[in-house]
Order: sequence, then structure tokens, then C-alpha cells
Amino acid sequence: MTPFDYSRASDVADALRMGAGVQAKFLGGGTNLVDLMRETIERPAALVDITGLPAEITERDDGGLVIGAAVRNTALAEHRTVRTRYPVLSRAILAGASAQIRNMATVGGNLLQRTRCSYFYDDAGSRCNKRQPGQGCDAIDGFNRNHAILGASEACVATHPSDMCVALAALDAVVHLEGRGGARTLPLVELHRLPGDRPDLETALQPGELITAIELPAQPIAARSTYRKVRDRSSYAFALVSVAAALELDGDTVKDVRVALGGVAHKPWRALEAEQALRGGKVSEAAFRAAAEAELAHAVPLSCNTFKIELAKRTITAVLGELAGAAR
Amino acid sequence: MTADRSAAAIAAIRINGVDCPVPADPRMSLLDLLRETLHLHGTKKGCNQGACGACTVLVDGERIVSCLSLAVQHAGRSVTTIEGLADQHGLHPLQQAFIEHDGFQCGYCTPGQICSAVGMAAELKRGVPSHVTQDLASDHVAFSPDEVRERMSGNLCRCGAHNGIIDAISETYAEAAE
Repeated sequence: MTPFDYSRASDVADALRMGAGVQAKFLGGGTNLVDLMRETIERPAALVDITGLPAEITERDDGGLVIGAAVRNTALAEHRTVRTRYPVLSRAILAGASAQIRNMATVGGNLLQRTRCSYFYDDAGSRCNKRQPGQGCDAIDGFNRNHAILGASEACVATHPSDMCVALAALDAVVHLEGRGGARTLPLVELHRLPGDRPDLETALQPGELITAIELPAQPIAARSTYRKVRDRSSYAFALVSVAAALELDGDTVKDVRVALGGVAHKPWRALEAEQALRGGKVSEAAFRAAAEAELAHAVPLSCNTFKIELAKRTITAVLGELAGAAR
Repeated sequence: MTADRSAAAIAAIRINGVDCPVPADPRMSLLDLLRETLHLHGTKKGCNQGACGACTVLVDGERIVSCLSLAVQHAGRSVTTIEGLADQHGLHPLQQAFIEHDGFQCGYCTPGQICSAVGMAAELKRGVPSHVTQDLASDHVAFSPDEVRERMSGNLCRCGAHNGIIDAISETYAEAAE
């Protein structure tokens, strides 16, 4: 680990001032950043500890929630309102990492965690455009079973590892930011970028900008929602494919629906084509399958992950079927 | 939950009831502080990347992996390691149960397993749901071997003593949970 200065911020203004240096990074639970620093993939000159910032979950009058960026993953998953009104979010968080890591990890840090692509981690022996722009990508022709099938580029086929973000994408979450230019908000689905020819640029954050909170709009549809994660072992593993979904029926008709996918792209993947195919249509397994086909029509497999396309289709179909069954 | 964050407390980390100075080098992990500086060798370094759970300790009663945690972040907090679980009357009940149920072979993962299970019991008591909890809306989580297996998935045992570990935890905490 290369040397760095450590400071602890007591409020947002404090954090922005301390984090203004070019090579400063904000530190949450450290579960990803400390690991990357030990591997010398991250080499910040300064760490600004923001775990002392407000860690509150506030219910708004309209039924929405505002979640402080320093809230720990466990605290969000166990929150009564989240469990009852946004169960997909509790389920997604509880499907990720281990209990110890969920106790440490912050919500803001979860959004900014980096890919677990093994070539990205292999600083000593592999080429990676994310680590070193222009170097090349050893994953494209390598062992890419865990890699992307949607939205990838010739420069990068890495996936975003978060489960929580997949639920947030389905829930139309909004990210609250503060920086030198003031405060702004950004839809969660616009926070993360597709790789294009600059996979090293992972988010829409400006230099020194801080995530202060995540806002969940009131979403009656979210009361009937769930998360399913398919992985190589039943606990403590990253997703091969995951699906966050919510479904609202009017008799046999789909009144409204939300679908997002994890494990398939460089960002949490909101499945708008599947949603459009379903909205206003009749409920049936065939309709769910057709919607999944529509979403995966643009999928491009790599040498080791063709299975992910069919797996994603089946998982979408199964999760929507589960939600429809619960609705009847 | 509310730790004493006064200026005097922030200068130190309380470890098993004793105040220890915060290391001058912020790169030092909590795990290395325990083992290298304080010579508390009960907490083990397995993978040093958060995958195995051998370094699990309790901070203000919550289980964390000490390898991914910078020691300096714990100024003003209270850390309990395996050395701090027993009292003057003898072993912690869970330590005794691990012996009775053969909850280990080589013993390398054991301190992490036991600290993790103590933290897990507090989470269960608080009603924290898990990946296998059916009813998220309920305040009460029913104790079951499946719940324990899921909740202990962050602690690996390469000797394969998991069944004994689950039995030891179940005997110690199942009754309290009912």
C-alpha cells in the first residue's frame, strides 16, 4: 500500500474541502477500496473518512425515503420501511457479500465499488484498459465466464458487481451529490457509465464530488417486488445473473412493471425493453418469456459466457412468474 | 451503538477493555494492529482480502473483517477479539460448545467463527433478516440451521468442520432465540 494522508470529515463541507485534492478519495467501510489499495491498483494520496457523516434514513411525507450515504448496508436492509415497502432492496442487499462486509460497507461505497474482473485485479500480469487506458483487455479472449453480455465494448467487458444497485435501478432511485459547483441530483441509472473506449471512467461524478444520499421515490409498485440472484454457490458469491423486479397487476393485465439486471453489464441494467413489452399486456409465462427475449435480443456473448443469455431469460421469466403468482 | 466519541476517546481504540493508541501509520489494518503491535494472535490472517472471515472481530458489538479495516478508522470504538470473550469464570459458552461439538480440526478459522457467531446471535435477536428469511415483514426471525448456515457463510473452514460449527452455534443460541 502506498502512503497516504488520513483525515476524518465531520460534515459534508468538511469532506468536500478535505477531498478537493486531485488524488484524494473518500473512504467508507473500506471493503473494496482498502483491498484495491493493498493491491496498489488504487493509490490515493489522501483518504477522507466519511463514515462520520450523517447515517440516517428519513421518511418523507410523500412516502419516499432519503438514505444517507454513510448508512451501512445492514442498516438499510433491516430498516422496517425498506423491508415492507421496498422488499427488493432488502433482498438485493442481503444477497450480497457476507454479514461482516454488509456491517462495514456504506451505501455510498456500494455504489462506487469497482469490478471484480480478475484481469483488472492482476496488476502484475494482465492487460486492462480500465486500470491503464489503451493497454488492451485480456478478458475479451480470456476466462470471461463472469463477464458482460450487454453494453460491453472492445475495450472492456467487465461487469458491475453490486446487487444493491440493481434494486436501486429498478426503483428509479435518485443519487444526491455535492461538489464544488454545488448540489445536484442524478438518476441512479445515469450514475454509472457504459465502458465505450474509456472504461477507466466509470461514473458521471465530477472530481471531488461526494455522494451524500440516495432518494427512493414513493413507489407503490415496489411493495410487490423481489430479487433473485443466480451464482455458483448459494451464498457469498458474485452474481452470474441477477434480476430485480416489481409487478403491479389489474386483474390479468400488467398495469406496471420494473425489471433490472445484474451481472450482465458494466452498470446496473434497467430492462426498459422488457418493461415496455409487458406494460398493458396480459399476464402469461409466454408474455414474460417474450419480454425477456426482447431485452436480451442485443446480447453479445463472449467465448465462455453464452450461457448467461439463456440464464438471464429464464431468470426474468421465473421472477415475473413468482411475482404474478403472489399477486393472485 | 453510541460509542464515546469525545476527544480523549478518539485518541485511542479500546481493545478488550484496554485503551490502545491509534497507530501513527494509517495504512495499518485493524488486523495487523491486533497481531503485530498488540500480539493478540488469536485473530487470524487467512486471505487478507475479506474472503475467508478468519480475522472476524466485534466492533461495538458488530462483527466485521479486521483485514479490510484500517485501524485508524476505529479510534474511539470498542473492539472485542477472541481473547476478550471469556471472563474470569471460564470459557464463553460458545467456546465450550465448539469443544463439545468438534467445531474445529486445525483451529485456524475458529476465533473468527466464534466472534462471527456472537455477532450473528445479536443480529438474530435484533430481527435482522437474511437471504433465506421467508417473511421480511416479520420482526422475529425463526432460528434454523439454514439461517445459521447462510448467516455464517462469511466464515470458511477448510477442514470441513461446518456441521460441528452449526451444532455448537445452534445449541448455544437456539433456545435463547425462541
